[in-house]
Order: sequence, then structure tokens, then C-alpha cells
Amino acid sequence: MKVILLSCLLVFFSLMEAKTIRVGSAQSYSKIKPALRSVENGDTLIVEHGFYQEGNLVIEKSIVFIGEGLPVLDGDKKFEVLSIKANNVTVKGFMIQNSGCATLDDPGGVKVYGSNDVTICDNYLYDNFFGIYIQYGKNCLIKNNKIIAFGTEEQQIGNGIHCWKSDSLLIIGNNISGHRDGIYFEFVTHSVIWRNISYHNIRYGLHFMFSNDDAYFTNLFRSNGAGVAVMFSKKIIMVNNSFEDNWGDAAYGLLLKEISDGYIHGNKFFNNTSGIYMEGTSRMQVLKNVFKSNGWGLKIQASCMDNVLENNNFLGNTFDISTNGSLVLNTFNENYWDKYTGYDLNKDNIGDVPYHPLSLFSVIVEKNPPAMLLYRSTMVMLLDKSEKILPSLTPENFIDNKPLMHALAL
Amino acid sequence: MNRIIKFIFLDILKNKIVLLYTVLLAAFAWSAFSLEDNSAKGILTLLNVILLTVPLVAILFATIYIYNSAEFIELLLSQPVKRTTIWFSLFVGLSLSLVLGFLIGAGIPILIYAPSDVGFMMLAIGSIITVVFVAIAFLSAIITRDKAKGIGISIMLWLYFALLFDGLVLFLTFQFSDYPIEKAMIVISALSPIDISRILILLHLDVSAMMGYTGAIFKEFFGTTIGLVISFVILLLWIAVPFFISLTKFKHKDL
Amino acid sequence: MIEIKKISKQFGKIQVLKAVDLTFKRGECIALIGPNGCGKTTLIKSILGMVMPSEGEILFQGKSIRNDFEYRRKIGYMPQIGRYPDNMTIGQVISMIKNIRKSDAFLDEDLLVQFNLANLFDKRMSTLSGGTTQKVSATLAFLFNPDVLILDEPTAGLDPLASEILKEKIILEKKKGKLILITSHLLSELDDLVTEIIFMQEGNIIFHKNIDTLRTESGEEKIGKAIANLLKKQSA
Repeated sequence: MKVILLSCLLVFFSLMEAKTIRVGSAQSYSKIKPALRSVENGDTLIVEHGFYQEGNLVIEKSIVFIGEGLPVLDGDKKFEVLSIKANNVTVKGFMIQNSGCATLDDPGGVKVYGSNDVTICDNYLYDNFFGIYIQYGKNCLIKNNKIIAFGTEEQQIGNGIHCWKSDSLLIIGNNISGHRDGIYFEFVTHSVIWRNISYHNIRYGLHFMFSNDDAYFTNLFRSNGAGVAVMFSKKIIMVNNSFEDNWGDAAYGLLLKEISDGYIHGNKFFNNTSGIYMEGTSRMQVLKNVFKSNGWGLKIQASCMDNVLENNNFLGNTFDISTNGSLVLNTFNENYWDKYTGYDLNKDNIGDVPYHPLSLFSVIVEKNPPAMLLYRSTMVMLLDKSEKILPSLTPENFIDNKPLMHALAL
Repeated sequence: MNRIIKFIFLDILKNKIVLLYTVLLAAFAWSAFSLEDNSAKGILTLLNVILLTVPLVAILFATIYIYNSAEFIELLLSQPVKRTTIWFSLFVGLSLSLVLGFLIGAGIPILIYAPSDVGFMMLAIGSIITVVFVAIAFLSAIITRDKAKGIGISIMLWLYFALLFDGLVLFLTFQFSDYPIEKAMIVISALSPIDISRILILLHLDVSAMMGYTGAIFKEFFGTTIGLVISFVILLLWIAVPFFISLTKFKHKDL
Repeated sequence: MIEIKKISKQFGKIQVLKAVDLTFKRGECIALIGPNGCGKTTLIKSILGMVMPSEGEILFQGKSIRNDFEYRRKIGYMPQIGRYPDNMTIGQVISMIKNIRKSDAFLDEDLLVQFNLANLFDKRMSTLSGGTTQKVSATLAFLFNPDVLILDEPTAGLDPLASEILKEKIILEKKKGKLILITSHLLSELDDLVTEIIFMQEGNIIFHKNIDTLRTESGEEKIGKAIANLLKKQSA
């Protein structure tokens, strides 16, 4: 009890004594490193506008570290720029650039080492190996940072925001481009990713590995090498995101691999080679999404089961659905398919004829990609028409029994 | 303009079938654009119509016209006119009038609804494919003196290029599905003017990326300027080769 | 003017011309006669370049006609059965041929006037009778005042009046010193026209004789009888 009281007092005193130190050419500290050595927990360190190239800066006290007029912290392509090794640290308003690029110790623009309650906001991270790196972090907030790099090959650049073995992170409003993955989660739980823009990253805009109980919503993922990947994870909630313009071989809007119990709602998949690619995925709810102008709206491999697809719009895709087997263990209901040509006599907005969303040509192409050469040729259209009338090669139970007559307003 | 070309050109323009062709194309094009909600979709719909009907009309009309011109050719031959000039004039006259029919029928709606580079591409492809099938018609008309046989050959050739060739390609892709045949497929597509035209238009509609890995390889070839030039050269060869074969045959033909 | 050197022609298995050798001179009026299918028309078409001989060569004014077309400017041709584009009118056909010839020379419109074709200018070729079509062919053959006239069965199908007009015209042109080549099987027609007779059979030239020598040799005045006589003599 006494110990607790004493420590409370200590904290109280230290708060009382909290001081503000300024670093700048006209101040007593012209460099950051000496100033960092002198701070105590609770202090505020303000860095004035200027160019600071001091190797690796390490924050080991709980301080507020603020840049005034966007001072530049430069790693000279040799060092990790800023290392945070204390709890309750705030980093705000810096231009952090040119971290070293070693693949062994993964240097970052800012790296958090096993700390809680760290806030990193309003920084501009330019041309670093990793942008912001959090390992063993908890309750950290990463907000409104602009993270830009110019990677060309996967092995020679790290991720924009890299989180490893962390919990309860908030990643909000960041703008990330040119890294390997825009945002990378591995063993991260109970975290939220909200309102970020991730584009032109070499691999994925967002990448989950072995991370459960997370959510991401209202993000924009555009023109990333392979879209967004969610792998080996459970209970991920994906709401109101846009997946756009992910084109090329093995490019997806959203790649789902070995995941389960997730919820995909109100997302927009525009102009992707494949809107969603599902493999080994089970018990996912895919509701009220729009698949528009994709090569394949949804590629659902035969290893998927118990997924429910309802109330989605499929508009102007080359193929709405494709699959690689004849086993169908998923449910399609009340989706709108723009290729549906049935009728609705009782005017309940549900087509009276069930719809087979799987076209014969998509099955052919799945088995034999070069056949794509014949896309839209007369012969293929004849084949598709005859298959629609008399299904023989496509699985018969691949069916939407209640196709909608009109697109949902999504 | 050569007098004989002028005469043939005006003679065909008076022909009711060309007029009907133009009107039908126009009807197709207008309805394609007004039924689809965007011009790219309209172009896609129109693409199928064009790649099916334009070759058929071109090859049939040209074949029949050549046979019906036998008297005219004979009359000209007793005059101081080169054989090459006669055959060439017939070819140019037929091509010009059918291309004009195409440009008026399908061209005007395309220019109004889709005045983009895809639209212009479509016009270029439609015109070239017309001339290609006129050239093929010349070949089938010179092979045999019998009109019915000649028309039969033309229909078979059309059927081959519009349907059978694709069936053959599909068959081949399955036969060789264990090999990386994407590049070979590009070469094979050059063997059918209709296929090469369709792929060119599709790639310019930016659906290529939707075609996955194969699409990417096609784009790599057809999407570049060199690829574009090569494909157009191939299309021009499809005009030149059949026509010049027919021309050498015509030069030695007894009338 | 025209030299035919050993030309042969085969249509499939049938040998239509067998090494034919002939020379035609300016001022001659030659009758090419023989039974049906003897190769008359093929010979004429070879001269016009419409049929390509399998062997041999034809010279027009000393130049080979192979790969030449300008020499046809000097030839007027009247086919046995004139075939014209159906949907053209007489006027259009005539003006088109004028157009193609681009001839600045004086146009000989005698037959046009005498056959009264001007009245029929708006008639389509498909509606014409065989005789009228022949009139158009004859008019076209003479129209450009050519040095050589090749007439394939000129009077067949013409009414006696028109036939007479045409004959008069041929005689007139002969007097101008033109080379005229006529095929016919109506021998009586030729009596007062021809200067030379060529008789063909199965692709061979049986004889080629001046009309006067023919008459003295056979002792007959009429060409028909003279030929019959001569043929009897030869077979005997």
C-alpha cells in the first residue's frame, strides 16, 4: 500500500515538475540528442523548424515530442530515425525521412518497441524502409500520417504501417503509398483501421496474417499490386471500403485465404481483375456489396463452404462468378445480377426463374486460361446461351433462387 | 479517280441491298447505344453485330456482284483496258461502296455516342474487315466459274472465320492446356481477321485487365504501339494476299 | 498487220486450236469459216487477249500482244452474243465506252444514226431484244474508227434491213483500207464482201486462200459452192 502511495506521489511530483524544452538553432539545445538525454517523464520536447541528422534518436521517457514547422529528422539512409522505447509517448508534426534499409533488423521511420499508449500523428514519413513499425504495442494511435516511399521490388522495401504482435491499435486517416504492403498486421488483435487511403503499394494495400477480431472500415484501396489480402485470420469485419483498380495477373480487390467468421458488408469492388477471391474460406457473410466492372466479380474456390452471399449488386463484370469445382456449399440469395434475363410476373421484385450465375465460358477459362482469347466471340456466346437453356457442364446447384429484378440502391 | 471505279462505285450505290445494309446497320447501332447505359457497353454490343454481319454482307455481296459483272468484264476486256485495271477497279469500287455503307450506317452513331479512340478504332476495324472480306470474295469468285459454287465457297469461308475457327482454337487450347501457349495464341489469332479485330477492340475497351493473366499477355503485345502496328499490318495482309492471288489468277483467265 | 504464230489452246482435255499459223494484212477482208466448235471464236478471242493461248504468240503490228492492252485501241470488236450489264441503258453503255477509250479521234456515228439507236438511249440493256443488242454491239465496234474490225457472226439475229445496213458499212470500211475479220457460217452473206477465205476444222486451218484463186481453182462463182467443191477435191 505504501509503495502505491509513494509511486502516486512520485507521479504527482513529476507532473508538477513537467517542463518544456525547445530544440532549435537559437535555443540552448541546437541538437535533439542532448535534449532527449535531459528529459524526464512527462516533459514536452519541441523541435523547431530545421534539418536534424543525428543518427538514431531513441525516446526512452514518456514525453510529448512535437515538431514546429515540420522539422526534418533524417536517417541518412543508415539509421532507424526514431525509436520509441517508453510508454505514453506522443510524436507529432515531423518530417521523418531516409531511414536505413537493412533487411535484418527492419529499421523504420518510427519504430515502437513494446510500448503502450503511443500516439503517432500528423507526421510526414518520406522514403523510409518501414514507415511506422509497431512491435508488442498496445493501445497505440497512428493518425493522419502521410507515408510515402518509392519501392520497386518487394524485397527492397518494408511496409507502410507494420504491426506485429500488438493489440488494440487505432490506425486512422493515414495516406500510404509506395511501400510493400500499405498496412500489415501479423498477430494483431482487437484493432481498428479506419479512413485510410492506401494506393500504389507493391504488394497489398492491406495485409492480415494470423490476426483475429479486427475491423477495417471506410478505407480506400486503389491500384495496389495485388489488392487487399486477409489470410489465416478469424472474425475480421470489413465494412464500407472501396477496392479499386487492382489489375494484373494475381491481382484481387480482396483476397480471402483460410479465414472464417468474417463479415463483409457495404464494400465497393470496382475495376479489379477479381473483385473477391476466396479460398478455404468459411462462414463469411457477404452482404450488400457492389461488384462492378471487374474481370471476375467473385472467384469462389471449391474449398469454400457455408458462406452466404445476399443482396449484392453484380454490374458489368466480365464474369460474375467463377469456381474451380462442381461442389457448391455456399448460399446465394436475393442478389442483383445485371446479366439476369428472367421475368417477374407477380411484381415482387424477385425474378420468377432462378439464375445460374456461373457461365460455361467462365468454367472453360478457369480450367484453361488461354481460352480467354475467344472472349466475346460468336461461338462462345452461342455456347453460353445453350448452356443457360440446358445446363450440362456447370454445377446445377450453383444457383440464386431469388434473383432481384432491380439493382439495390447501395 | 479512275473512270471504271467511279462507274462501279455509282452502280453499287444504286443497289438496294447496299442501301438496306446501311439502314440495318444504322438501326443496330442506334439501338445498341440507346439500350445500353454507357457507350462502352454499346460498343461491345455493336462489336458482336459488326464482326458477324459486316463480313457476311461483304463476302456475299462482293461474290455475287463479281459473278454478275461477268458481262461487264467481258465488255471492258475488248476495250484498251489492262486486265489488272479492270480487276483492281472492281475491287476498289466494291470496297469503297461497302465501306461507305458501313461508315454511314454504323459510323455516324459511333461518332455521336462514342467519339473516343475506341470509337475510331471501331470505324477503322469495321472498314478494314469489310475490305478483307471483299478480298476473300474475289478469291472465292475466281476459283470457280460456277456462280452457285462460288457463293457456296464464300458462305463456307465466312462460317469458318466467324465460327469454326474459334471452335478449332478452343479445341486446341484444351489439347495443349498443359503447355504455356499464351504466346502461341497470339500468333494463332493472326490466322483469323475476325479474331484479331475483336481482340484489338476489346483491349482498347480496357477490359483486358479483366481478362486475367492471358489478358495481361495479350495486352503486352496488342497494347503496345508495335503490337498495334503489327496487327494492322496483318489485317492489311489479309486484304493484300487474297486479292493478289485472285489478281494473278484473273490475269490468266480465259473469258 | 496481225501475225499468228503457232498458237494452240486447250480447254481441259479438248484441244481447241492446234498450232494455228496465220497472217492478216491491211486492206484484207477475211472470212473465217468452219463448222460449229471449230475454234473460230477462240481464235478471235485470242487475238483480243480474252483467251490466253497455251502456246505460240500473236503479233499486232510486229509487237507481241502478251502483256499489252493498248493495241486494242486499234480494234473494234463485235461479239457473237453481246452481253452488257443489265441495269445500264444504251446511252450509258455508249458513253461509258467513250469514256474508257478517251478517244480524241473522230467518232464514226454512222451506224448509230442508221440504226436509229438515239431513240432507245434510255432503254436498259436487259429489256433489249437480241437484234437490238447486236445493233449496239455493231455501233460500238465501228464507233472509234479502228484500223481493225473483228466481227463475230455480225448478221446473226439482225433483221434483213439492219443486216443490209451493216453490210454496206463493212464494204465502206473495207474501201478505206481497213483489216476486217468476219466469222460466219452463212456463206451467201459473204459473196460481195470478202477477199480472203480461211476454213477451219477441229482447230486446224484447212485452207487459207484468196477469193479469186478460190474461184478459179473451183470454177464456181458462189463462195459456198466453191468451198464445197474444193473440200471434195481435197478429200479425194
